Amino acid sequence: MNTTDILQPFIDSCNQSGLKLSGLDSILLAPAHCVCVFHSDWSATIKLARDAEFRFCAFWCQEKMNELEALVCLEKNGQYLVLRTDVTPEITLASISPIYPVANRLERHASDLLGLQFHDQTDSRRWVRHQAWSQGEYPLRTSFPLNPERNSTPADDSYPFLMVQGAGVIEIPVGPVHAGIIEPGHFRFQAVGETILNLEERLGYVHKGIEKLAMGRDVYKLVRLASRISGDSTVAHCWAACQAFERAGKIDVPARALHIRAIMAERERIANHMGDIGAICNDVGFAFAQYQFTRLKEDWVRLNQTLFGHRFMMDKIIAGGVVVDLDDHGIELLRQQIAKMEPEVKTIVERLEGSESLEDRLMTTGRLTPEQASQYSTIGYTGKASGQCFDVRSAAPYPPYDQLSVTIPGYRAGDVAARAKVRADEIDISLKLILRLLDSLPTGSICADWSGVIKNAEGIGFIEGWRGEILTYIRMNEQGKVQRFFPRDPSWLMWPALELLIHGNIVPDFPVCNKSVNGSYSGQDL
Amino acid sequence: MLSMFIKIFRTGIVTEQVIDKTVDEYESLGIEVKRGIDKNFAGSLAIRQVDAGSCNACELEIHALNNPYYDIERFGIHFVASPRHADVLLVTGPVSRNMETALKRTYEAMPEPKWVIAAGDCACNGGEFGVSYASCGALENVLPVDVLIPGCPPTPTQLLIGLLAALR
Repeated sequence: MNTTDILQPFIDSCNQSGLKLSGLDSILLAPAHCVCVFHSDWSATIKLARDAEFRFCAFWCQEKMNELEALVCLEKNGQYLVLRTDVTPEITLASISPIYPVANRLERHASDLLGLQFHDQTDSRRWVRHQAWSQGEYPLRTSFPLNPERNSTPADDSYPFLMVQGAGVIEIPVGPVHAGIIEPGHFRFQAVGETILNLEERLGYVHKGIEKLAMGRDVYKLVRLASRISGDSTVAHCWAACQAFERAGKIDVPARALHIRAIMAERERIANHMGDIGAICNDVGFAFAQYQFTRLKEDWVRLNQTLFGHRFMMDKIIAGGVVVDLDDHGIELLRQQIAKMEPEVKTIVERLEGSESLEDRLMTTGRLTPEQASQYSTIGYTGKASGQCFDVRSAAPYPPYDQLSVTIPGYRAGDVAARAKVRADEIDISLKLILRLLDSLPTGSICADWSGVIKNAEGIGFIEGWRGEILTYIRMNEQGKVQRFFPRDPSWLMWPALELLIHGNIVPDFPVCNKSVNGSYSGQDL
Repeated sequence: MLSMFIKIFRTGIVTEQVIDKTVDEYESLGIEVKRGIDKNFAGSLAIRQVDAGSCNACELEIHALNNPYYDIERFGIHFVASPRHADVLLVTGPVSRNMETALKRTYEAMPEPKWVIAAGDCACNGGEFGVSYASCGALENVLPVDVLIPGCPPTPTQLLIGLLAALR
């Protein structure tokens, strides 16, 4: 299906409804199509897009002269559409959270950091702002210093959580410090007996000011920062930032570098999926899977160290290419490891699928229906387990995936078992994909020869990380320094799914449900 | 069930069989750590880990300490859920301002004597994030620190070296 098939009916329907779209541009943010909307038409336009079955990807905001500019990215059949509108200080923008519910936290993030004001929001409480800065202060504005004088920060004990009252209703606060080696966040449960009536997530604890730190950096320093957005997705985030920058600067990345990037990204996917399947099983007391998969994962990351010089391949992607090449010996080691890993994974997964106790604990647990997943724009393995089989590598393939066909697993059960199954399938698919990438590894340079400075340009990157689609927006200023950097981790679209799928489950099943979704805290808190 | 036992049996004990150089190093370090723990902590060292703002890469490596290759529990080290049970507070990440009070409260909840270890470049010196409106930077800006374990992230072996330093 070509571009006009997707965009033209939407533009026609906007025109029929008297909504003015201007400045349609397919080059500025390519491969996304970009169009400007008048602020008073904002929600009406986006409602038409929803009616035309566009999927919500991201919402973000940036300073533009003395105004703010709001941007939303939508997708349909692999075509991305960015709608943007200018918002002057005296007006409030119509919220799109009644149209796309998952946009809500992204809007609140923009309110807290840039002071964008909304009306008709489904939820207008603060989000990333705890007690580190006051209401009315907007850290991401250029007028706000990076490092203002600050005393110690008190606990955020005044957040207005949803309250539930009734006979036998108990409230369970959990976190931010959890009973394990995991990231911090707060969960507020209301339960009757063991059954969960409601779960409310409160994140933002690991907010480190990544968007602010990016401002004024050159691209080399930006890429180092992007590698540390979410440590388990270091390759994917780094690639997304580089891709956005390379598109902004029209830099042609050598084919060999792109292949090596994809090999690293698939290796990252496999490592995390192995860890997750083990941990999901361990959360229901099935230690066999945990020990087998942590053993295989250790083998896996050790080869990363040997070949790429880092167990998680951090800082190996740079703007224009990669910093590590693969020699014949390295390629042989990769092949040998896959030959050894493939039957091992297969055997273990067969054992897990044959286990009645696992079946009993994982099937029907934490069910996200395909309808809920669609309404909440769920992506990644959480989406794929609930009938939403979007994957950037197949729907909007970027090189080198444009030369490969990637199989995407899909289920509709939407339970913990299905999310584990998607991961197992993806391990198998990615192992085979790496072999194909090695077979077709082009010769030549591993880094583009480019000037080193890109001025006054913007670009957008879309990478399928192991969790799902990552979107990264970059804008460079007149001096060739970063003016705006916004990485949208897939976790923004997965955390709300956890609140839905936990309904009616028992409190002791929360850890396994949470692990099966495994949203990143750091990737979302920024 | 039988097939699972066969798999376990065939996998064997990887902890002892590995002859990788890094693991040899790890083994000898581990024995030294164990001696220190036997002497100072009656054979058992309890660690409460807190992510105070990390990107999660440090957590992945701390997790790896529990995999069958490293199996850190054999040296008497275990991770505990409650700070009340902990001898050591192992902190990763720059301390985000939003985690500052939670981290201090965790420290206060620990019984004396208590040690604090900063794991990873961010906890050691602020790393890529430093001090800002959102981050207090290095752990020492918030709590007294006994041992620093550098690395981005520190490998499991580096983590064990750091624990050894804490015991000396």
